[in-house]
Amino acid sequence: MKRTIPILITAVVGGLLIAAYFVPAPFLASADRLIPDFFNIIAAFAFVLGGGNLLRVHLTKISRRDHEWTYSVVTVVGFLVMLLAGLLKLGTGEGGAFHWTYDLADGRLLYDALYQSVFTPCQATMFSLLAFFVASASYRAFRAKTPEATVLLIAAFVILIGRTFVGGYLTAWIPEPFSEYLHIPNLSAWIMSFPNLAGQRTIQMGIALGIISNSLRLILGIERSHLGGGD
Amino acid sequence: MTEVVVPPPAPPASVAAIDAPNDAGHALVVSWQLSPDDANADVLQGYRVLRSQGGAPFEEVGIAAPGQNSFRDRVPENGVRYDYKVVSFGPGGVGESGTAGAESHFQWFNKTRISSFVIMLIVCGSIALNIMRAQAGQKMYIRKIAGMDAVTEAVGRATEMGQPVLYVAGIQDMDNVQTVAGLTILGSISKLIAEYETSLVMPCSRSLVMSTARETVKESYLSAGRPDAYREDGIYYVTDEQFGFVAHVDGLMVRKKPATCFYLGAFFAESLILAETGNSIGAIQVAGTAMPTQLPFFVAACDYTLIGEELFAASAYLSQDEKMLGSLKGQDFGKAVAMVSIFVGGILTTAEGFMGWPVITWLNDKIHWLWSGG
Repeated sequence: MKRTIPILITAVVGGLLIAAYFVPAPFLASADRLIPDFFNIIAAFAFVLGGGNLLRVHLTKISRRDHEWTYSVVTVVGFLVMLLAGLLKLGTGEGGAFHWTYDLADGRLLYDALYQSVFTPCQATMFSLLAFFVASASYRAFRAKTPEATVLLIAAFVILIGRTFVGGYLTAWIPEPFSEYLHIPNLSAWIMSFPNLAGQRTIQMGIALGIISNSLRLILGIERSHLGGGD
Repeated sequence: MTEVVVPPPAPPASVAAIDAPNDAGHALVVSWQLSPDDANADVLQGYRVLRSQGGAPFEEVGIAAPGQNSFRDRVPENGVRYDYKVVSFGPGGVGESGTAGAESHFQWFNKTRISSFVIMLIVCGSIALNIMRAQAGQKMYIRKIAGMDAVTEAVGRATEMGQPVLYVAGIQDMDNVQTVAGLTILGSISKLIAEYETSLVMPCSRSLVMSTARETVKESYLSAGRPDAYREDGIYYVTDEQFGFVAHVDGLMVRKKPATCFYLGAFFAESLILAETGNSIGAIQVAGTAMPTQLPFFVAACDYTLIGEELFAASAYLSQDEKMLGSLKGQDFGKAVAMVSIFVGGILTTAEGFMGWPVITWLNDKIHWLWSGG
């Protein structure tokens, strides 16, 4: 029963949504519109569940003085400060005076201030790490150890300099009609528009078929791994 | 000084009303031939669409701008005849057309989606057929997926090293099919983790994913005969914020040094940050996503990568269940149809350029129609 009911719900909802795509019946259109709303309602309740879980996990770590429990203190304090600032609508009004406000337009909310001045810079810091990771990953990926890796290296090099002024500058002397392909910015654009796009589309077609097959397995109840497998 | 007299605009001609196609009814489309004065802004300012039902006086239901020759009207009832009149108007007066009427009806099938329906029948039909063949006992050959063959080795390594297995099911919610695929694979992997008595750490970026993952892992531990080994706290919620989540997972990796990292689900810019951090701690890494832009990052930084469709096939591959493998075989048939269409379409397009025979154009159009979804 524990497995039958979820499989039944999946089958009915999946069948309804497929039918709604092909049959323009009003009740199917309503189902198509309402079912995502059901998901949003469940997800809204899950926010409370998530917040509760976060507090429970970190308070347990603090109370047990687990390894590196101090990080948990930062998490809990950050969570509670943001929660209270948002719920109580703490803010600063005219002249920067701190006060309780119920009017969102009145002054600046502490919640927004913390988000913009603390959270956003932290987020930008994490994102900027990507530049360094791209460099280290490229260093490993582009080592010309095999013929395929050499092709990859050359393609990457062409695209890299084709996107900067250097590519145009170095190959500006190439006469027509050869420059249509050999001028590095043109060559870079060709690599992106043909071999790269062809590869991406192939992957996307495989993904589309994979999604259909996976969905069908779930709708027919053949895929049960998420329910612990078995019959 | 003489006053300029503006004449009334000529009326629109050939007014027709039809039931709006491919809908649930309650809509009629009124069309007309533009007035000869349509281009003259001094004489014609637009068209008024008037409606009447059962001989009642005509009432205005909408205004169309000059140049517009049709109007879609929402009607209150299906199966009732409504009559329409279109009146051109301008500073000099109005020009009234003849009348036309129609009834709206509900259509059982959206004909603009026939090609999608045909593709669905081909793909789903071949999947269903292969599932039945598998049920009948026919052996299915599925090519090897290196990333999934390495799962046992990866979990075994974590057991030997006494380090946990890290599992990240992407940063999207349960309404994303990649997250669902990530969790179905988790079902199979966590069974192996339970059998090997290794610990699992799974930070989640969505609380709904956390709840589902807990149920999935609990059931897997139960079916592996190790319900006592299941630790709920190993699967926990972090934050919905993309880089807040990444900061936590990165910190976790650096501190706990998991021996094996699985990244299976929908990933965005965080893919490379996670994979490079995993690489720096020497973890064996298996990734899989259907985000084409993130695949190169995983390929560069991970030991094994499930590319696109392999993510959706992984659960079936791991289970080695005949019915599931049959569905993969059916999926391959869909892929073969797509490949043949691309090949034939390429030849036909080339031939069309050289020969221009109508039959080639017709065939080419049919292939294009089949895959264009309309």
